[in-house]
Amino acid sequence: MQTTAPRSSAANDEIPFEQRWRVADLNDRYVRCLDDNALEEWPRFFTEDGVYKIVPRENFDAGLPGALLLFDSNAMRRDRVLCVREVNIYRIHVARHYLGGTAIARLPDGGFAVRANFLVVHSDGEGRSSLFAAGEYRDHIVCEGAELRFREKVVILDSFTVPGQLAEPL
Amino acid sequence: MNGTEPLAAAYTWPTADPACVPFAVYTDPAIFAAEQERIFCGPVWHYLGLEAEIPKPGDFVSTYVGTLPVVLNRTEDGRVAAFVNRCAHRGAIVTRPTRGNCATHVCIYHQWTYDHDGNLAGVPYRHGLGGVGGFPADFDPRAHGLRKLRVAVHCGIVFGTLAEAGPSLAEFLGKPVLDRLARLFSRPVAVLGYQRQHVRGNWKLMVENVKDAYHGGLLHAFNSKFGFFRSTQKGEVTVAGGGVHSILTTFGTTGEQDTGSALQNVQTYRPALTLEDSSMLRHIEEFDDGIATSIVSVFPSFLLLHASNFPVFRHVRPKATGEFEMVWTYIGYADDSEEMRDLRLRQANLVGPAGYISIEDAEAVELVQRAIEGERSDALGIVALGGRGTDSQGHLVTEAAIRGFWQGYRKLMGFPVAA
Repeated sequence: MQTTAPRSSAANDEIPFEQRWRVADLNDRYVRCLDDNALEEWPRFFTEDGVYKIVPRENFDAGLPGALLLFDSNAMRRDRVLCVREVNIYRIHVARHYLGGTAIARLPDGGFAVRANFLVVHSDGEGRSSLFAAGEYRDHIVCEGAELRFREKVVILDSFTVPGQLAEPL
Repeated sequence: MNGTEPLAAAYTWPTADPACVPFAVYTDPAIFAAEQERIFCGPVWHYLGLEAEIPKPGDFVSTYVGTLPVVLNRTEDGRVAAFVNRCAHRGAIVTRPTRGNCATHVCIYHQWTYDHDGNLAGVPYRHGLGGVGGFPADFDPRAHGLRKLRVAVHCGIVFGTLAEAGPSLAEFLGKPVLDRLARLFSRPVAVLGYQRQHVRGNWKLMVENVKDAYHGGLLHAFNSKFGFFRSTQKGEVTVAGGGVHSILTTFGTTGEQDTGSALQNVQTYRPALTLEDSSMLRHIEEFDDGIATSIVSVFPSFLLLHASNFPVFRHVRPKATGEFEMVWTYIGYADDSEEMRDLRLRQANLVGPAGYISIEDAEAVELVQRAIEGERSDALGIVALGGRGTDSQGHLVTEAAIRGFWQGYRKLMGFPVAA
């Protein structure tokens, strides 16, 4: 688990405005991709061997390693997209992510440690909306050429009793 | 109700055999209330947790028996003990955290204090304050402890019962279940983590799902498309415990490409897909008994799934007629190598609320519940695959384990049965 995550938003002050904007923009584009159901684009937000995991808050707090999902290659992420599209069956819904409380700190490798809160609202086939997930992203973002990418994205799920099932990435 | 008198004639089971299931058992609040008395407080042993979760004196985990909140404890002298988590004074929840360690359990409301066995150890102002107030002289703390469960342990799995009389744990589980659980617990286990989900369905629909050898290769397309499990695989269904428990077993290697003519029109048997990264499907041999998959269902709501290198327990917690929570406990062994632990954590992608081979179960359960709410009181479903009896069968093309559940359930519940 990342230990370099910034503890408060005060860390933002040390980062030039343009860099801060680029980092925040990465998460904005990330949730835009998910909410537009452009899942085929989702793996491209990560480095090839980047880690994506969804960790229930109770495991995180207890120091237990178990995750809801653990992918450490873009091949695994493409497999997930294939299954969401072609294989698995789950509640019919539309998803909306809401981000806030972004805190950014610079890391020795030139990358950034980022925390951001998220809410995800699902609306079902009969137009009823409900809170699907609440939690926090803990990201390790690196520069690959001109692009920022996630070397690690840990989704800490405060709402760790999942309503129904969790198919698409958060 | 004491669990022996029959329910009202209105609840007469429509058929002598248990191959028909009245939908009312999933939707009627009176039946839900009767289950709490006759099953969850009845002569039944309930899964409470693992000894590995409470290794040190003072360790505790919170759980439920039916809808009753229960705390499982490790006592100062190293025993396991459990009590109903409801203060003997005003009925408040005493212990609020899900897990932790404490010297005593203290109710926040008036600071009534209990030891790990649930005995009342302290009552503020019991003898009054400055010569006034206090409880009556005949107030006996020994009569005001928390409600205790009898506990028993099999291979590190802790069970509890609220019934004062009834079968022993070994009698209740029976040899097939005892043996299959012992197979898993051949070495000390370690908890890797938990997953939880909330499902808008009756708890019994989930238990039936686990006893259902029919749906595995049909609902869960991942199994058939990637060759993980299918109904044509060699397997057997063992109905145990007088019907109420079951063990579904598959043998040998997975992935045999035998779709058979009977399956050519079934949607989930389209040409196979391939995974780009199959690291989670790697298998490291741990047992030499030829068993590929074990799915054990212990009545009423404790379930074990053990496939490849991932053993996981599921505990179904009823909340209302159309609502339950399910807690998944992932385990490995305390002496796992780093390689083995990494594999188990990868294989956790396969199961749970986000898992490739289990994600559909909650949706299927919810579709049933949505459709049967408000049905006519005489509407029923049918579970007659493989006959109408409850004998064990040497194949997986059967709903025998589900029929065994209903046979045991209606007896315990006191449902009159039609001639």
